[in-house]
Amino acid sequence: MIKSNSGIRKTDVINRRMFIIGVAKFVVFTGIIARLFSLQINENKKYLTLSDKNRIREWKLPPTRGNIVDYFGNVIAGNLRVYQLHIIPEQVENFNYLLLRLKNLLDLSEKKIAKINKLKSELKPWDSIIVSENLSWSQFVKINNYLYDLVGVKPVMTISRNYPFNDVYTHVLGYVSQPNEEEILANEIVQERFVPGMKIGKIGLEKRLENHLIGTNAIQRYEVNAYGKRINQLEHQKGKQGSKIRLTVDTEIQKACGELLKEKAGSISVMDIYTGDIIAMYSSPSYDPNLFLFGISQDEWQLIRNNPLKPLINKTLTGLYSPGSTIKPIVALSALENNVIDTKFKVKCTGKMELYGQTFHCWKEKGHGWVSLKNAMKQSCDTYFYEVSRLLGVDRLNATAEKFGLGKKVLGEYFENEKKGLFPNTEWKKNNLGRGWVLGETLITGIGQGYIQSTPLQLCMMTAQIANGGYAIKPKIIVDNNPLTLEEAKKSMHNEQLHDSGKKLFKNKNNIKIVQEAIFSSTNERFGTSYRSRIDDPKYQFAGKTGTAQVKRISKRERELDLELEQIPYKDRDHALYVAYGPYINPRYALSIIVEHGGSGSKAAAPIAKKLFKLIIDRHELRNKQPNFEEISI
Amino acid sequence: MYQKDRLNNELTIFQKVKNLDYTLIVSVILLSILSLFVMYSTDGGEILFHTKNHFIKLAVFFPLMIIVAFFNIKFWHNFSYIIYFIIILLLIWVSFFGIKSSGSQRWMDVYLFVLQPSELMKVAIILCLAKYYHRLKIENVNSFTSIIFVLSIISIPIIFVISQPDLGTSILIALSGLIILWLGGVKVKYFIYSFITFLISLPFIISFLKPYQKLRILTFLDPDRDPLGAGYQIIQSKIAIGSGGLDGKGFLKGTQSYLDFLPEKHTDFIFTLFSEEFGFIGSVGLLILYSIIIFRIVRIGSISRSNFARLFCFGYAFAIFIYIFVNLSMVLGLLPIVGSPLPIMSYGGSSMLATMIGFGIVLSAKINHKQIIA
Repeated sequence: MIKSNSGIRKTDVINRRMFIIGVAKFVVFTGIIARLFSLQINENKKYLTLSDKNRIREWKLPPTRGNIVDYFGNVIAGNLRVYQLHIIPEQVENFNYLLLRLKNLLDLSEKKIAKINKLKSELKPWDSIIVSENLSWSQFVKINNYLYDLVGVKPVMTISRNYPFNDVYTHVLGYVSQPNEEEILANEIVQERFVPGMKIGKIGLEKRLENHLIGTNAIQRYEVNAYGKRINQLEHQKGKQGSKIRLTVDTEIQKACGELLKEKAGSISVMDIYTGDIIAMYSSPSYDPNLFLFGISQDEWQLIRNNPLKPLINKTLTGLYSPGSTIKPIVALSALENNVIDTKFKVKCTGKMELYGQTFHCWKEKGHGWVSLKNAMKQSCDTYFYEVSRLLGVDRLNATAEKFGLGKKVLGEYFENEKKGLFPNTEWKKNNLGRGWVLGETLITGIGQGYIQSTPLQLCMMTAQIANGGYAIKPKIIVDNNPLTLEEAKKSMHNEQLHDSGKKLFKNKNNIKIVQEAIFSSTNERFGTSYRSRIDDPKYQFAGKTGTAQVKRISKRERELDLELEQIPYKDRDHALYVAYGPYINPRYALSIIVEHGGSGSKAAAPIAKKLFKLIIDRHELRNKQPNFEEISI
Repeated sequence: MYQKDRLNNELTIFQKVKNLDYTLIVSVILLSILSLFVMYSTDGGEILFHTKNHFIKLAVFFPLMIIVAFFNIKFWHNFSYIIYFIIILLLIWVSFFGIKSSGSQRWMDVYLFVLQPSELMKVAIILCLAKYYHRLKIENVNSFTSIIFVLSIISIPIIFVISQPDLGTSILIALSGLIILWLGGVKVKYFIYSFITFLISLPFIISFLKPYQKLRILTFLDPDRDPLGAGYQIIQSKIAIGSGGLDGKGFLKGTQSYLDFLPEKHTDFIFTLFSEEFGFIGSVGLLILYSIIIFRIVRIGSISRSNFARLFCFGYAFAIFIYIFVNLSMVLGLLPIVGSPLPIMSYGGSSMLATMIGFGIVLSAKINHKQIIA
């Protein structure tokens, strides 16, 4: 058979066009292979990462908080192993039956059951519900015995904060508890590391040092499918415990402070006069921060809240008191510095002083007679200081007082609620009260009454700076990487370098000495206000100044009655104050004591100092042996 | 020569078996075995529903391919129009009484499995037009009436398929038809003009698309626009392929598919799973296997004496190529997502049936390559 012309032509056309298509196919397949190459070879890493991101999901576990230790390395905020009970709702077959079983096993309250049901409706089915945060060992064993019958229940061993010294450090450390939403959002690190059941610092150093203490989450990696269901565990990555924080405090002294202020409201602060280390800082009464870890019960909370001695207030830093006579060393120093008086200057005390028709009383009704600076300080003669402050004027007094730290925060960076107190001057009154300063106000400021308000820690620092010869110190409560050693501190004070601390606060060194001697006489010479609390052994001998702060104006009738302490209602009793430093030869420590409504400083506060000084000095050698250095990252 | 021609008409069964194209058959068998392994992997490494049914379909349709091959190519020539017509009827039937599933109506229950007539149309259109151009005088190829007639032949099934709605299959039918026009000798300038017209009218066409189809185009242009919604499939597909790397994650170890991140892994995205587990090497290997099949079909076409067989083989080779191109481009993120299966690999009876029938007719062309059709 012979093909027609047309047939051959057609075949030619078909073949030619097929060839074009063949080329096109080749090009297209090459393009597809190029695309495969680019995805699978060039971008393989990127897509592998994406694929892992798809299939691997991380579960964060609560981080372990760093320990807080005292100067000697004793753990004062640590971690304890606790047993918890979790329910994973998606694994539970019959939720109500399970709750019934648990209720019988653990004696859960109806309220708790309701709470669990509420949580269940809020959380995702694979999120665990914490039924009990702190199971006893026997409960934990019981649950493990019945585990076969409790599908979806997970007994968990975990770590929880623990304060081994209970109420001793509450106002220093604060406590941790479960954060609310605002608290989580307020801190980026907490936000990032938050997992249900995690606790954060609520107040005190626990809050302030949150970012150092918090630690990193342990991470469990699971392979999950597209619906988020866990298929198998791939890896467990351990978290890093938070930084260890070493404080300058001494637990033995802190504990003693607690004992000494037992059943009293008040505060004791102890400070190293050279390094500014805070040795103790106790506010009484205190409460047990461990109560807050697993949710405090309503009853316990009410008990703390309604206590008339106000345990929730950190009196050392936020309590504001009239310093009373404890301000007198500053008044004397200011007068000496401004050449208003000298040691020979004398005032006749008749028991009261008249000014513009107003009577200003001395605490001693009969009067002290002619008194010089030393005797006036020793016996705390008010009339003398009325006269001196009248001559000095409040503005010059204010300048000296502020130099010594009154009216300013002492540890402001660590305790956000610390109060800065007030030391008035004429300008302050005009700006804040809109009235002119009255001379009478100068007189009562000179004996530490009136507008003047100070925290116990301020008084302690004021005393420390008189004790060290009149140099500024920077108090601190955390041992850090570059502490000022005693030698360095003394050297910088001696050379009058304008180091952070060590700045001199006086014009004439002799003036400090005069004031120191006056304070010494107040404790160690007959008729001194704290003579009865003295220690004669030069090893422990200390110098101190009493103070008695009126909380209400004494009426004429009351003055005549001269009531005993027990006869005055608690709320109206004077605050008892005492500031002191020792040992007198080569002083090292300063303290301030306040007993709220304790009566007179010489009876209620000074005896506490006597007991405390023995301990402080005895601990001194041990403290000296501890390295004053800690490798931490703050 | 004369004698051979006469013999050709009366080939014995042994001659037929001898004349089968074994390269093509072996390639198809390899592809089938491969598809079974991949299906086994989609079932999570167990012989479950998909693996079983895929095997049953292979077991039925592969012999069917041989049976089709044993019919003389003349038979297929003679019945081309009728086959086309029957499938048009099926399409009409489906548009009234078809089974609905996920918003479209394309299937009919034929006892053994659910048949999708539009898949068969992908082959029938080639058959029909191959016959038309075989008979058309070359002088008339570019005549107005002929072109209008051919375009109508292509348009009728497309109208039914597009209204099911099924954009993917319509495009494949259209391309399968147009390629015969091209091979038949329709002037190049007509293709160019039509293409330009198509580009100009594209915005209008898009305005007629269903919202989900528009979304697919938008998603194709920027898959990260909505990574958890419309873009999810293409992103997950690219992750699976890309993470396969040079030699893949290993058989049954494709995490993307095993952990259910891959959509439609049995059907349109089967290549994704294959590529994740067997990597670049496996993927190129699969492409080579497909290329061998295509090349073999082209080869059979070029040795065929009749223009009908030649046109069918060339057209069908191009169709297979287009299926692969559209499917791979889709899973590789080079084209918008249009439902189109990968021949033999994808789960789906109608697609496999159509593909096997197509192979069968090609084999018939091989057996009867010396056959002249008047």
